[in-house]
Amino acid sequence: MTVALEAGPRARTARNGANPPMGGDNVLEARALHVYYGAFRAIENVTLPIARNRITAFIGPSGCGKSTMLRAFNRMNDLVPTARVEGDIVYRGQSIYAPGVDPVEVRRHIGMVFQKPNPFPKSIYDNVAWGARINGFRGTRRELDDLVEAALVQAALWDEVHDKLDQSGLSLSGGQQQRLCIARAIAVKPDVILMDEPCSALDPIATLRIEDLMQQLKERYTILIVTHNMQQAARASDYTAFFNMGDRRQGYLVEFGPTPELFTNPKDPRTEDYITGRFG
Amino acid sequence: MTREHFNAELKRLQDETCVLGTMVATSITEAVRQLCARDRAGSERLIAWDRRVNEKCHAIEMATLTLIATQAPVATDMRVLAAVLETARELERIGDYAKGIAAISLKLGDAPYAQPVWDLLTEMSVRARDMLDRALDAFARRDLPAAHAIIRQDDGIDDLFNQIFGIAMHPNGALPGVAAGDLTATLERANYLMWIAHNLERSADRVTNICQRVIFTVTGELDDLDPM
Repeated sequence: MTVALEAGPRARTARNGANPPMGGDNVLEARALHVYYGAFRAIENVTLPIARNRITAFIGPSGCGKSTMLRAFNRMNDLVPTARVEGDIVYRGQSIYAPGVDPVEVRRHIGMVFQKPNPFPKSIYDNVAWGARINGFRGTRRELDDLVEAALVQAALWDEVHDKLDQSGLSLSGGQQQRLCIARAIAVKPDVILMDEPCSALDPIATLRIEDLMQQLKERYTILIVTHNMQQAARASDYTAFFNMGDRRQGYLVEFGPTPELFTNPKDPRTEDYITGRFG
Repeated sequence: MTREHFNAELKRLQDETCVLGTMVATSITEAVRQLCARDRAGSERLIAWDRRVNEKCHAIEMATLTLIATQAPVATDMRVLAAVLETARELERIGDYAKGIAAISLKLGDAPYAQPVWDLLTEMSVRARDMLDRALDAFARRDLPAAHAIIRQDDGIDDLFNQIFGIAMHPNGALPGVAAGDLTATLERANYLMWIAHNLERSADRVTNICQRVIFTVTGELDDLDPM
């Protein structure tokens, strides 16, 4: 049995400033989440709300489990045979790990952009249209054209590619390829976009373009981003979660809060040590 | 420990700010001593000294901005650098107030004032300097209780200012040597007196601003700040 996940109303206009995420306007929430790979506990007891139409950044040292945590939000860890979770992740009031929930359906609502741009060896047009097609798109060619254009416009790529849509996606620069992947992710009309170090393979200018794009995208989508670049978290996110690694190498959440507060006045000395570069 | 260069520069800037504070603290009491002693040469030296104060302040500002631009400080580091920037500017302004007193001293020449006026101005300068010395110590040690205590001390300076204000408004006996009915001379002398007292009172206010920056550095809270 497949349980349908209902997306709530989207396209809410972002308000100025970040609201506290605990007030019920959360699209996702991890509840006492543990993630295991076999006997190894990669994530330990994380409870974390994700505010709607906001950008939440995960920061922390290598190996602290922030990518594992991100992937738990759309069940990407299911693809690892030994992975299992305890606790829960709730999406719009519904457990995504409940029996009968189809992980593919989860990933349609909660899309993902990866560290390295990974366009298909297909045309720019087909890269974007692909998601719609495999989701059983039934519209006319003209409607598909409109969908592709809308996704490329939202991904701030349309102006650069509108006259070469039949060229290979692999012919684009790294930054353009990553924006193509973002267009591909949003073409299926997700609710949430997970970004796993989306700028780590990009140069500084391409990185700033992606960050600007994120600010536009958050008016329609909720964004979670894993980043090694603390300044990126500081620049681009509304909320920041700092993860650390425990003595058994398990990842745990140290501190979570509005990004301006976390970077100016962190409450936990471990956060202070990490963000000021005095870690370890 | 990582970021050793950054740590060293952060400490140097705090030390330099304290050095600037010491340069300025001396100026406050010296300006009033020279006024009372009719030490014209001293007043001229103090006016020239203010250029050194300004140069030191600007050097601290540039080094702080460079560190912010190149090291992207956050959390306590960022608050310390913000406090250094603000404190250096407050100290530079206190230096300007001392220079202003020296300039008035030169204008006053040998015009007589009654001893109670000198006593009150001297008392104000000593108290303002004491506040500044202790504020610099609180800045260096990030001493929250001391910062709060110094802010409360500002009321005493305000009381002295009000006493001088009363004398300036009713100059009989306090401004000897002015011919009866010479309104212009009376107003001019009262005006100079008010400016000197004002400069001392504002210096103490600037000290409380420095203390508020100490509080911000320690707590990260701006809520209680009431910049003067």
